Parts: sequence; structure tokens; C-alpha cells
Amino acid sequence: MEKEEICQYFNGIIKNEKDVSAGMAAIRTLLKVLQYSKSETVQELRYCLQNAIDAMRSTENPVTAIASGSELFLRFITLTALDTPTFAECRGIMLHRGNMFYEKLVAARGKVAKVAAHFIKDGSKILTHSKSRVVLRAMKGAVESNKIFEVYVTCSSPDNSGEEMCQNLRKLGVSCTLILDSAMGYVMEQVDMVMVGAEGVAESGGIINKIGTYTLAMCAKEVKKPFYVLTESFKFSRIYPLNQVDLPNEFKYTASTLKKDLQKEHPLVDYTPPHYISLLFTDLGILTPSAVSDELIKLYL
Amino acid sequence: MTNKKGNISEKSREEIKAEREAKKAAKAHAKAKAKSTKIPDKDPSNNNKSTSSNSIKNRTSNDTPETVTNKNIESPNKISVITKTSNTCEKDEKIVSEVSSEGKSKAELRAERRAKQEAQRAAKQQILSEKNKNKEDNNNNSNNNNKSATHTITVIDTIKKVSPKKIQKINIHEINLFKHLYHEREQATVNVPFVNSNIHPAIIRLGAQYASKIIVGSNARCVAFLAGVKQLIQDFERPPQADFIRGFEANLQESVAYLHHCRPLAVSMHNALKHLKWQMTQFSSSLSDVDVKNKLSNAIDTYIREQIELADKAISITIQTKISNGDVILTYGYSSLIHKILLDAHTAAKEFRVIVVDGRPWLEGKEQLRRLAKHGIECSYILINALSYIMPEVSKVFLGAHAILANGSVMSRVGTAQVALMARAFNIPVLVACETHKSCERVQTDSIVYNELGNADELVQDCGNGAQKSLLTNWRTKKLLNLLNIVYDVTPANLVTAVVTELAILPCTSVPVILRIKPSEI
Repeated sequence: MEKEEICQYFNGIIKNEKDVSAGMAAIRTLLKVLQYSKSETVQELRYCLQNAIDAMRSTENPVTAIASGSELFLRFITLTALDTPTFAECRGIMLHRGNMFYEKLVAARGKVAKVAAHFIKDGSKILTHSKSRVVLRAMKGAVESNKIFEVYVTCSSPDNSGEEMCQNLRKLGVSCTLILDSAMGYVMEQVDMVMVGAEGVAESGGIINKIGTYTLAMCAKEVKKPFYVLTESFKFSRIYPLNQVDLPNEFKYTASTLKKDLQKEHPLVDYTPPHYISLLFTDLGILTPSAVSDELIKLYL
Repeated sequence: MTNKKGNISEKSREEIKAEREAKKAAKAHAKAKAKSTKIPDKDPSNNNKSTSSNSIKNRTSNDTPETVTNKNIESPNKISVITKTSNTCEKDEKIVSEVSSEGKSKAELRAERRAKQEAQRAAKQQILSEKNKNKEDNNNNSNNNNKSATHTITVIDTIKKVSPKKIQKINIHEINLFKHLYHEREQATVNVPFVNSNIHPAIIRLGAQYASKIIVGSNARCVAFLAGVKQLIQDFERPPQADFIRGFEANLQESVAYLHHCRPLAVSMHNALKHLKWQMTQFSSSLSDVDVKNKLSNAIDTYIREQIELADKAISITIQTKISNGDVILTYGYSSLIHKILLDAHTAAKEFRVIVVDGRPWLEGKEQLRRLAKHGIECSYILINALSYIMPEVSKVFLGAHAILANGSVMSRVGTAQVALMARAFNIPVLVACETHKSCERVQTDSIVYNELGNADELVQDCGNGAQKSLLTNWRTKKLLNLLNIVYDVTPANLVTAVVTELAILPCTSVPVILRIKPSEI
């Protein structure tokens, strides 16, 4: 597959299937590449996949999820003995493992929603930030079990994705209020907990998410409200930001803004350090931030 | 220990004076007690009489220092002639002092003492006879021994009186919180083998280098130790009718005990030793001696290369991503690894400034400063007192480590915890660079339970005005003045942003995972 073709396929998924996150789309694209690649050796195949990853990273999408998703995918499909007699067989194994991986991921969101829904109690007030599919799913689960709760959603500039989240919640029949980003502190004392999604989870157990999450976490810490993160485990990535500045630029800006003067640009994501986070709900179970690194070590070392 | 003694004999004048006073006080106290017919109370001040206490507890606690002293006197005698002579002359002086300090006739005093001892023994036997007979027998035996000894030569009596006092003299300046550490050091001196036993000269030299702080730093000590062991392996000859490995293990054990006596082993050395022992268990008994020697030497070389050199390299490469242009990096003391990292960053043409923070009494930061400045890195040098002044301009703190513990705490040169705490207060990321061969399965939350005691006299030296005599010079003569010089402290995990190991950059809390995945050989 050519580079344009890859980008087109990838963008197509993101555009047409609203329910698929960028990371999942990336993995699906990689599966496609794996299926149709004409490479003859493992090395060549790897090179081909790496090219595809680079191509997807250059699109106008959040890089964090793409990077961690594809890295995990590569790691997972090559995590077996690949010394089979023929390359076709080897590719077959990889494809099989890739599909297995993908199916696991599809199920992941449901699992996360299931563990998180228990934390939503009747009558509780929840503050959430921006739009997150997995938070939406968890709330859907809670509604289905006849729980009545209230949600505050920040409108989350610059793309105002909170509005979309609010609409989706209203469709579910959840009473929901759209608030200004600057009203986080105002609302904080009224809510029982904060629930956010994540674009990526760093090795430290901190999260990379839509700009404003860090502010929200700090507010929550100050007012002593629990700060829960709902995330699938494929978003775990092997980066370790020390502070906001240390976060790589390609994570903070889209590919097109990277070419401009970054001093004048707004970052799109921020990094929330682990000590602001109470718990992470993942498909591996409910983790404390420090357990993230343990899981990553298990996978990579 | 020997060092300490040397110091004592140097300052014997002041010491003697103080001792005389103490003795007079004790005597007055004893007399007052002898007059009153009561059973002697449990006042700790009468511990200095070898048979004075009336409870078993006091008795046993009294016994231990005595035996320790006896051995203390013995072992240095065997170790070096110099200390022996200094020791004996010290004793002589003390005897003289005692004689001169007594106003009354000696015989009178002794009679008085004996009478008191008898009375106390009678009282004690009453209590003891009901409790346990074995114990009593032992005590009696030892008492009898003591007595016979005192009968034979009269001078020994005075010596015996002096020795427990002398130990107490040292004990006076022990910090209560760290008592166990002093005791540990004493134990180490007791177990030390004699010099004429078969310790390799290389090991003896190494021990001297450790003791005099010529070789310092976790890595350097580990490498030097392994080099010493390698030499030991090469020169080791199989004892007749013994397995090579077994014979060598015994020899190694002795060497390690000797090194431990010189200075407590570093965690890195413990791990290296563990690895070495594991290697030895892997050899089949059919191997020839030469083969075993070669294999062990190779194993040592591999260990040094993989665990120390390559690990350092890997850490340096990983940490480079965290150094950006315009950074101000603060570091404390001297760490070979931090030095390497900063040097590598400098060669990679990164623009940064280094602030070297230093703390007394060793001032190891000067070495760091000298080496960094030599390579043209922009440096500032401050003492730890000025930390809060300099902190606002710092962007990252890099620290070395002595060991990393299972709960994620970092054990490092004393002062490190303070630097980390200050960095935390200013919200500056703290990175600890530490190879995994320094990881340790011990859990420690404070710096008290396990630590190393430095020589307290090092604190006396004033760094500023060399010409003037330090106010602390005579600290040992002052009863209530204690100096403590501990070597390490423990930085809790929550003060450390990340630990950089050769495997990955990790949060402190993931250290147990490293311990778990590390194969058993380390």
C-alpha cells in the first residue's frame, strides 16, 4: 500500500465511524497493511509497517493514541516465535495475532465501562472534560442499570467537543450541564467525582489528554474530589514526561502547526502527573497510577 | 575502630582529665551507696562496676561491653604493632592517672570495694537462685575467673576497672537513636580474622583503601572489589583434599569479613558477591582448577562490563532525551554516573549549565566541579545551605544513588534527601540515575535503621579558617556534646520524579518490578 492510500484509509475510518478512536483506527490500518503487503521478509514487513505508522502520524490527528497503539500492535504481533519455515506462514501467524489483538481491543472499552459504571452511584454528580467515548460508554452502562445521576461537561475549547458530549448524554437521558472551561473551579465543590478519558497514558502513570485536564486535576486535588481516568490499555505508551515542556512537540501540536512558530500556538494536549490521579479504570482492571509502569514492564521487558 | 583509638590516644590529656573527674564522681557515689544499707538501685551510673547490678538484665548488658572490650583490646594487638603500643601506653597513662587521683590509700579502697561486691553478689544470688541455675553458674564462674585474675596481679585490677570505663567513655558520645550502628561496627571488629591468616595482600590493600576513603562511590568500590577478587582467584591455590570452589568460597568469606571490618560493604558489592557465588554454584565439579579460574575471571569481567559500564552507557543515552538546551541542572556531591551523563550531554553539544551542590564534611562536589570545569562545562558551586537560594533558577535535578530499595526509596550520600525535598518544594523534577545492580530487596523508610557511621572527628575540621583551631576540637571531653557523622540518607519515593535505569525511565514505585524480573543471578 502506498502512503497516500494508507492515509486515505485511515482518515476514512476516523471520518465515517464516529465510534472508533484514532488508536483503533491506526491498528485497523496496520492490519490492512499487513494483509496486503507484498514484502518477502520479516525485516521488510517491519519496515513497511513502520512507514505506515509514520504516514498516519503525519495526518491531522492526535498522535498520542496512534503512537502508543501502533507500538503495542507491533510488539504484540512479534511477541511469538517467528522462526517458521516459510514467510507466508509467518505472516499468517502475525495476521492471526493482529486480529486477536484487535478483537481484544474492541472488547476493551466495554470492560472499562463495566468496571467504571460501579463507581457511578445514584444521585451522584460527575464532572467530565471534553469528549470521551469510553466515559460516554460507562455512563451509558450506568443509565442502563437505572441509575440517576447528573453530569457537568466542560465545553472544552478550542474545538468545543464538550458540546457533542453533552448532546450524546442528553440522548441517553442523562441530565447534563455544559459549563465554561473557566468554570471548573466553580463547579468543583458541587460534584462528587471527576471522570475523564485519556489520549495516552505515560509510563509514570500520568495521562496525556485534551488541554485543560491538568487544570481540572489540580482543581480536583485542591477540593479533594477523586479524579478517575477511564482508558483502554492500548493507550499505555513508553514515554515519561517530566513536566509539560518535556512532552514531545508532536504530541502537543498537529502536524500542520508543527511547521509554524510554536511560541504562538496553543497546545492541544497537556500532561497530568500521576499524583493527581486517584485511579485508572482499564480493561486490565482498576489500577493505581504506579501500576501502569508495572504493566508496561511486563509487556516490554 | 583503630582510627578512633588513635584519635583517643592523641587527645589523651583532655581525656584523662575528664576521666579523673568522672572517676571521682563515681567513687563518691559508690561510697554514699555503700553507707546506705539498701540494695543498690537500678541507676545506670553503677553499670561501670563489673558486678554491681542486681538484675539479670543489667547483668547481661554489663557483660557484653566487657567482653567486647577485651576482644577490642586483643584484635588490634594482632592487627598492627603500632596500635598495640599506643593502646598499651594509653593504658599505662590511665593506670597512672588512677593512682594519682586516689587520695586515700589503695588497700583501703580495695577493701571497701570488695566488701561492696560481696554484698551485692549475695543480694544477686538470692534473686538468681530462684530463676535459673545455669545462668547463675556461668555468672559465678566468670566472677570467679575475674576474681582469681585480680588476685594474681594487682595491676590487672586497675586495668579491669579501666577497660569498662574506657568503653563507656566512647559510648558516652553515642547518639541514642543510632546505638545499634555503633554496636554493628563493634561486631564487625570482633569477627575480623587475624592478619597472619591467609588474606590476599590485594584484599588487604583494598581494605586499607576503603577505610581511608581513597576508593569511594558505589561503582568504584564495586569495581575495585571485583578486581581484588579476580586477583584472589588467580593466586588462589587449591588446599589439599578440598574442592577448589569450596576452598575458594571459604577464603572469599574471610576476605569479605576483613573488608567489612574496614568499611561496611556497599549494596553494589553485596550484589556483585551474590552474583559471584551464584556463578560458582553453576560450575561442575569435574572442571580443572585452571578452567574454574578462567571462568570466574570471565564472569567478573562480564559483570563489570554489563552491569556497570554498559549500564552506565545505556542510562546516559536514555537520560540525554531529558536534557534540553538552556537547562540548568543541579547535582549533589560526586557521582561517577552523573559525571558521565553531563559529559556526554556536553559532547553532544547541548547547551546547559550545572550547579554543583556540596555538603560537609567530605565536600565531594569539589571533585565533580573540577572534572566538569576541566571539560569546559559552565558550573556553579554552592554549599547545601544555599540550596533554597539557588533552586528557583534550576530546571532539573540529577542525583546519583548508593542503592535503590524495594519500596522505591533511594539511598544516597547524606544530604540527597534534603536536595530532593527542596526540589519538590520548588516543583522541579528530580531524576535519580541508578544502575539496576544497585537495587536491593531491603525496605527502609528512614535513615536510622540501617546506615553507616563515618568518623565523627571529620566534622571537627573547619573548612573555612584553617589557621584557627576549631571550636569542636575538644568535643570528646564534653560529656553532653555528641557528634554524629552518618554517611547515607534515604530519599522517600514520592520526592523522586523518576529513576533512570538501564532498562527504562521508571517511577520509583516500579523498582520492585525490576527486582522481580531481574534473573536470579543478581
